[in-house]
Amino acid sequence: MTDASINASTLREDEASFGDFFALLKPRVMSLVVFTAFVGLVASPVSVHPFIGFCAILFIAIGGGASGALNMWWDADIDRIMKRTKGRPIPAGKITEGETFAFGLTLSVMAVTMLALATNVFAGLFLGFTIFFYVVVYTMWLKRSTPQNIVIGGAAGAFPPVIGWIAATGSMAVEPWLMFALTFMWTPPHFWALCLFMRSDYDDAGVPMLTVTHGRKATRTHILVYTVLLAILAIGTSFSGIGGPLYLAVALVMNGLFLHGAWKITRRDEDDSEVDNFKVERSFFKLSLLYLFMHFGAIMAEALLKPYGMGGW
Amino acid sequence: MALSKQHDLHKRRFGRNLGVGLTLVAFIALVFGLTIVKVTSQGIQFPQELNQSGGNN
Repeated sequence: MTDASINASTLREDEASFGDFFALLKPRVMSLVVFTAFVGLVASPVSVHPFIGFCAILFIAIGGGASGALNMWWDADIDRIMKRTKGRPIPAGKITEGETFAFGLTLSVMAVTMLALATNVFAGLFLGFTIFFYVVVYTMWLKRSTPQNIVIGGAAGAFPPVIGWIAATGSMAVEPWLMFALTFMWTPPHFWALCLFMRSDYDDAGVPMLTVTHGRKATRTHILVYTVLLAILAIGTSFSGIGGPLYLAVALVMNGLFLHGAWKITRRDEDDSEVDNFKVERSFFKLSLLYLFMHFGAIMAEALLKPYGMGGW
Repeated sequence: MALSKQHDLHKRRFGRNLGVGLTLVAFIALVFGLTIVKVTSQGIQFPQELNQSGGNN
């Protein structure tokens, strides 16, 4: 290869690598999508060919990643301001907004079409609706207009287990909506804990997060209220078709820990948090990740044990 | 920007092209695999079989 292969007038020193395009898909969020969609697929009463199942999860993940890219395209202006997002490919100057839009849109269409072909049209349409919900309803509309943005927008992140279930069965039932509700109710306390210790980010960007509009004290109270509601839902799910003794044991332990964490957050004020650099809030955030993983892991375990006569009640 | 014969940019572009190439190959393999699974799964009737079952009725 020689220098002649490069047009000097269009050179960018920090030109994007393959990894930068992958980073547009928000890989960490995608891992949550993959896991919850997989549990939705496994927990369904219909057995799916392993290769079809693999393809379904892959296309759901690509659809989730594509919506992440479209989110970065729309939010490029505030990503440049917030510390947490400054290193993303667009603010870092590696990929342009136009490239990101084209990348996200192309992948969205591909993922929806391929999921419909691999499984069923209903699943494809539902994935399309999820992308629309995340990009248009959450990113473009709610995120910058209401402090309840994360509550309603959290629905987008809660759809994957429902899509996984539909991909397997081609129909709807109560159980996938219980998994949806679990993630939906989990998102606000998870995200608000992050807002508490990523202090000035949202203020600087002018995003009306609860911490900005209602104050940090109110956010702490909201975390506790949502955690109580989440605990009722999570433990109640034990007695549904996707629950069982193992799930109940996990739910009791994890919700006990989560409630304890939320209670500690409520009892603290800003001075306490400043002293130990938001130790309790940070540990609550980490616990929230484990919380969701354990609940969905237990649902999956119950489903996998059923053929051996052990899962469920 | 002065470019040496093997500038870092060349490496990055090679990596990107390789990534795109491998992704496309994986996609082709995926579509091929899906076709095989769909065609060999139960419930699929080939035109010949359809004619036979139609003839029997």
